[in-house]
Amino acid sequence: MSCWEVIADYGLRSLGIGERLLPRDDFTLCKQVVLIGSGMIWNIYFGALALVTGFFLATAVALGKAARNPVARKLSTWFIFVFRGSPLFIQFFFAYFAFLSLKGVSPIFDPFTAAWLGALIVLFLNTAAYSGEIFYGALQAIPRGDLEAADAYGFTGWARFRRITWPTLLRLAWPAYTNEAIFLFHATTLVYFSGFPAWRQKGDALYYANYFADKTFNPFVPYPILAGYFILLTLVIIGIFGLVNRRLNRHLPQAARGKIRFRPNLLR
Amino acid sequence: MFSYCADPETLDGLTWLSCYLTTGKHMAFYGAFGTVLLLLAITAPTALAFGFGGASAARSSLAPLRWVGKAYISIVRGVPDIAFFLFFVIALDQGFEWLRHQALCPGWDQPVRQGNDFVVCQAAKLPLSSAPQWIHEVYGFFLAVLTFAIVFGAFAANVLYGAMRAVPRAQLETAEAYGMSQRQCFWRILVPQMWVYALPGLSNLWMVLIKATPLLFLLGVEDIVYWARELGGTKTPQFTDYPHGDWRMWYFLALLVFYLAFTRVSELVLERIMARLNHGQATSGGDAQRTTA
Repeated sequence: MSCWEVIADYGLRSLGIGERLLPRDDFTLCKQVVLIGSGMIWNIYFGALALVTGFFLATAVALGKAARNPVARKLSTWFIFVFRGSPLFIQFFFAYFAFLSLKGVSPIFDPFTAAWLGALIVLFLNTAAYSGEIFYGALQAIPRGDLEAADAYGFTGWARFRRITWPTLLRLAWPAYTNEAIFLFHATTLVYFSGFPAWRQKGDALYYANYFADKTFNPFVPYPILAGYFILLTLVIIGIFGLVNRRLNRHLPQAARGKIRFRPNLLR
Repeated sequence: MFSYCADPETLDGLTWLSCYLTTGKHMAFYGAFGTVLLLLAITAPTALAFGFGGASAARSSLAPLRWVGKAYISIVRGVPDIAFFLFFVIALDQGFEWLRHQALCPGWDQPVRQGNDFVVCQAAKLPLSSAPQWIHEVYGFFLAVLTFAIVFGAFAANVLYGAMRAVPRAQLETAEAYGMSQRQCFWRILVPQMWVYALPGLSNLWMVLIKATPLLFLLGVEDIVYWARELGGTKTPQFTDYPHGDWRMWYFLALLVFYLAFTRVSELVLERIMARLNHGQATSGGDAQRTTA
């Protein structure tokens, strides 16, 4: 069985396309690389969607936390506290069992117990809380002069936010936000270890790496493969976010532009 | 637990709940919170020691030692940590058994890896198959602690390395001018002075460490997550005196609240420590204290 056949059989296995059974014997390097790579589809799916949707909620939460209205402020503060103060792992478990209980109430909740929706919602809320805190910090750090200049030019309300506050907020928050995006992609590996079942063995990269480690009793091959994929993914994220960073800072003199550096990564 | 719990059939309401929450299995569940705290109590200093070693190695003047330190700091980053947890538990276990195998069974001529099996001689097994159950549990916990210490040690090394570089150069030069040796400079000036720069990073790390403790469950230790799943599942009258539906959601809600309270308390304590360390330092935090006082 050549490696091309393996790619045809297992390349999209994590989506349920191709071979039905996972390899049982003869765990070649090619099979491990292809199947773990196939699992990366789910990591990218969870990470990308949660990041894009979470971005908007995060902006709202940051503005809420800085708002004068006490209700909005309390709500945002508590939202951030709950999701940043507890482990993502426990959040996954709680959400899964909560959705399972709701399933008994109404069949509408059926898809929520599947990872593709249920876990996505948890990741969305989680990243919104973490990024919300980052954006809130940036909002507090906007130079007073910028806002005074906006007032002097007669900017008010939405135009002031859209033209002055928001771009500056993003510019200041961007390095930290890049880090958050990298965390988020790393956090997606928790999904299939925290209650959400991998239906028909359609799992993410770590799920397959763990499968191979269990079968071959040799952790020294699948986990480094997984590590390689994630380092690659991290570099891609840094590349994309670096481009955005360049655009956000394009009005600044060359020397003042902050470069995004690869900073220490911690799990949550 | 209580005397009126003798016949659970007759109980209802709060008395039922009080009996239910004090069964032997629930006591084991409460004990598991102790396991988590024990893990934190052992891991935090161990990881700090690993981190200190890594950071000192990374700024050593000996090139090979420096490479080892820098490699240690950077290798555990960039990859999901949970992958390291799953990896190290098997890798450490096999590493220990292989070392014992080399030492205890020199006459063994077969390869250790045979296809999909990892084979060492009987005497090298860890723990020995004849060992009592508690040894197996302690060994599992020990592996978990070591794994946590290695992973978090790398993070701590990164923080301490940054802190060591943040100590103002002038302070070290003053020490040198007073005739202190390299070693004296390190222990008498650099180490005491670096903590104020390290604390923000270390307190962040402590929060992350707290939030990483549920991963013990993945390492095969019977921790709070294990018990919450076990106790919360649907119980039928055939198997228990206290039948109930699927309560796992409520058990995990309790865990969520436990962690929220824990991180909140830690935050408050760390704020006080920071205020104390800032006292008299030439940093903005220290200046703020001076102007308000």
